[in-house]
Amino acid sequence: MNVFAAPHLLPVDWFALGAVMALSAGLLVLLLLELLPARPGSSRGAIVSLLTLAAAGASVFRARGAARSLFGGMFVHDGFTVFFTLLFLSIAALAVLWSWDYVKRTRINQAEYYALLLSSTLGMILMAASNDLITIFLGLELMSLALYVMVGFRRSQLESNEAALKYFLLGAFASGFLLYGIALLYGATGTTNLTRMAAFVADSPLGANPLLVIGGLLLLVGLAFKVSAVPFHMWTPDAYEGAPTTVTAFMSAGAKAAGFAALLRVVLHALAGVHAHWGTLLSVIAVLTMTVGNVSALLQVNLKRMLAYSSIAHAGYVLVAVVAGGPQGASAALFYLAVYSVMNLGAFGVLTLLGRGHDERVNVSDLNGLGFRHPLLGIALTLFMLSLGGIPPTAGFMGKVYLFGVALRAGLVPLVIIGVLNSVVSVFYYLRVTVALYMDEPKSEPTQVNWAAPAVVALLASLALTLWWGVAAHDLLMQAQRSVVGLL
Amino acid sequence: MTFPWLTWLVFFPLIGAALVALLPATAHRAVRLWATVVALAELAFSLPLWWRLVPAQPGWQFEERHRWIPGLGASYHLGADGISALLVLLTTVLTAIAVIGAWTAVDKRPREFFALLLVLEAGMLGTFLSLDLLLFYVFWEAMLVPMYLLIGVWGGQRRVYAAVKFFLYTMAGSVLMLVAILWLYFLQRNATGIVTFDLDAFYRLPIAPATQMWLFLAFALAFAIKVPMFPFHTWLPDAHVEAPTAGSVILAAVLLKMGTYGFLRFAIPLFPNASHTAAPWVVTLAIIGILYGALVAMVQPDLKKLVAYSSVSHLGFCMLGLYAMNVQGFAGSLMQMLNHGVSTGALFLLVGVIYERRHTRAIADFGGLWKPLPVFASVFLVVMLSSIGLPGTNGFVGEFLVLLGAFRTNWAWAAWAASGVILSALYMLWMFQRVMFGPVTHAENEKLSDLSGRERLVFAPLLLLIVWMGVAPQPFLDRMTPALERTLELSQMRAVMSANVKPQALETAPADVEGAR
Repeated sequence: MNVFAAPHLLPVDWFALGAVMALSAGLLVLLLLELLPARPGSSRGAIVSLLTLAAAGASVFRARGAARSLFGGMFVHDGFTVFFTLLFLSIAALAVLWSWDYVKRTRINQAEYYALLLSSTLGMILMAASNDLITIFLGLELMSLALYVMVGFRRSQLESNEAALKYFLLGAFASGFLLYGIALLYGATGTTNLTRMAAFVADSPLGANPLLVIGGLLLLVGLAFKVSAVPFHMWTPDAYEGAPTTVTAFMSAGAKAAGFAALLRVVLHALAGVHAHWGTLLSVIAVLTMTVGNVSALLQVNLKRMLAYSSIAHAGYVLVAVVAGGPQGASAALFYLAVYSVMNLGAFGVLTLLGRGHDERVNVSDLNGLGFRHPLLGIALTLFMLSLGGIPPTAGFMGKVYLFGVALRAGLVPLVIIGVLNSVVSVFYYLRVTVALYMDEPKSEPTQVNWAAPAVVALLASLALTLWWGVAAHDLLMQAQRSVVGLL
Repeated sequence: MTFPWLTWLVFFPLIGAALVALLPATAHRAVRLWATVVALAELAFSLPLWWRLVPAQPGWQFEERHRWIPGLGASYHLGADGISALLVLLTTVLTAIAVIGAWTAVDKRPREFFALLLVLEAGMLGTFLSLDLLLFYVFWEAMLVPMYLLIGVWGGQRRVYAAVKFFLYTMAGSVLMLVAILWLYFLQRNATGIVTFDLDAFYRLPIAPATQMWLFLAFALAFAIKVPMFPFHTWLPDAHVEAPTAGSVILAAVLLKMGTYGFLRFAIPLFPNASHTAAPWVVTLAIIGILYGALVAMVQPDLKKLVAYSSVSHLGFCMLGLYAMNVQGFAGSLMQMLNHGVSTGALFLLVGVIYERRHTRAIADFGGLWKPLPVFASVFLVVMLSSIGLPGTNGFVGEFLVLLGAFRTNWAWAAWAASGVILSALYMLWMFQRVMFGPVTHAENEKLSDLSGRERLVFAPLLLLIVWMGVAPQPFLDRMTPALERTLELSQMRAVMSANVKPQALETAPADVEGAR
């Protein structure tokens, strides 16, 4: 066999790979640029990253259209991939805007930071675009390894080191589970390709095959860890608290959405034939995730920890959509993840403005009186909180309406009732933020707010989307519904 | 295309709020002036509802319907009938009065205060005018935010507690209503294939009585908390006592009516069989509310708390009238909603006036106020008599019709409720005696200044309404009765049409879900 002839055997649709290639190129450019001396205070890392993300976005946009698969079915370019790719690119772009000033302020090495951010984004895109367990694993590792480093970027801070180590150890453990699950599934079905696995599962009465069940469970553990579902959520508050706030913002939206992208492909596509068997287990996990997340968040004084628990609860809501299953469930999950990413990035983003250097000011009481001192910050944070709590007219409300509606339609009445009651509980701690902003006595020395133009752009963009999807949800809804057509 | 008048009504206060919010923070005078101008303009825009509405014409008037979220079947559907028109007028009148009444009371961040008051007005009007259940829910929930901030930022000592309690209580009830709305939506879709949140479509949908019960309970809980009915009333005294005067006025005059309006517009016509089954329970709670509210009001040492508990009692009358399930009861109930808005709004303003001068609301700190404050005391007297329901004032008309309606259904209900009327006379007159009559017991009360010109201007329209609605209620009744009759007929018709419907599972068969893959 002539290895040099191989490219002819695999005609590659380069356009479908545009985003991946743009990100890889941008990543290398960033690292090479570091060889050249930079002016102090230069923003070239952020600029190159934004250009890269824009180029990637443009090529995805250009390549949308008919679904196609590449590399022998390992990589698919369908509506689902496009939706998540655009979502990850937007998340990364917002994260870059929030980081622009933050990394300078906290003296984080820019080239490495942005290169890791791009490679993590690349991993996320691979996860969503994979139609094979092997590539899902590769994407997940690419994303996670970059994130492990980013979490520990505040090297001089003890809690950052602790967070990185904890995240890394537990993450490595979860990856082990995932890999073991993949191996068992391969043993049970004879393939790692999701489509072939789906066909296999549908054709043979394998619902009770122990290999398939155990393999599926282990796979679920690995992915549940990434989306921080209870009981695999322990790392979340520590990692979110210790990480630089911009990294927290990025991973809370991106890593979670990527985990769900893979979970949706596996649960609703590869294992769709046995979805009914998974219902009870996933329901229990969903209920635990919503409830433990929200109840634990009630007690937090640190906003990053509070939002970490809140992000656990939101994973629970999305799991309700996964339990509902079917194209409707999948589109509800997509819709909710888009909404969640925007509002959560906004909320964490606002926190990146607070404090001085490494001295973070992210306790609830640090917000005291800031609402009236900084009206834009106050209004934005209030709206993000209301949206997270699911109060109209915000995107979070529409997300919950659609998600719970779909679940109701699937007959999950108890799950829906537990879900809506959970959102009432959550409002209690979201309101505490507004209490601090507007109602508590201002501190004698108010928290310093570091305004920077890129951060304001990110803030306004998140705010606009949070409101826009709250009053005009139609387009996003249609997009979410169209994007799952190829998947199922 | 005709001018989208109702949209203008709902969104003009928002424009006004934005305008006020953009003024410089220190321009207190300009802020007050502009807020007043906006509120009065809004009142002027709403006034044509009084004469341009044709009561006898069936269906919605000034209707507007646009696509909103076609993917979900939600539409932007606004419309008015005799019921909502009167409540809209109540809202615009009381908001204008609350704005003018708050001129001097608010010295902390008046710009934000008045802007929020106008946002709140937009939310309330949207709630009364929405004819799409999702749109209604959006306004219903969104309106919590400005009220929460008004209580929490400008309130008294325990304002944060009261504000959070208000928000959580109302939301806890509402989320289950949202589930019920979604349930109705899928019920409609399974039965007719129509994907819509439109109220008219739900009015045509027969619902199995067993299903109705669950849906009714979810709706009723949301509305009962808002009304508030005993035993869901505990947020109300806290919210009222801590809220700034203007907040209390709006809360009592308009917000509570959203609960009773919800019963009248949604819970009763949509779920008539369940309403009928639940009527004895609802009425029992209403009567307990009437008596309990009155008895608790009697022993309050704080004027504002007394008025707050009297609201619980008065709203009990509204609920009794609704669940008498006849036109007299309905008319009495709606009349009582308007009366309570005017009288209790005025009472809270009066308490605010005296609080502004003395910074106390304890009954024990007053006594013999008639001598230094003759005008204030006379206004108070008229308002109090209207609240008691003295013939010749508006309160009498409402209570009389409610009792008449209740008597027609069950005389025992009327008998129990009538004793509430006596109790209300007792606690009001006793309070009035302790505050106004006798010698001036506290020296600092002797030098108090009587109502200023602005304050007289605030109370004049309220007194006018009290007398007008008491002496000549016919124009009001003319406007509401046809709509109430239609609501009653609709619920009776729906009761017959739903009686034999079998409950159906909501979920699609598993095969359907699989097939979609």
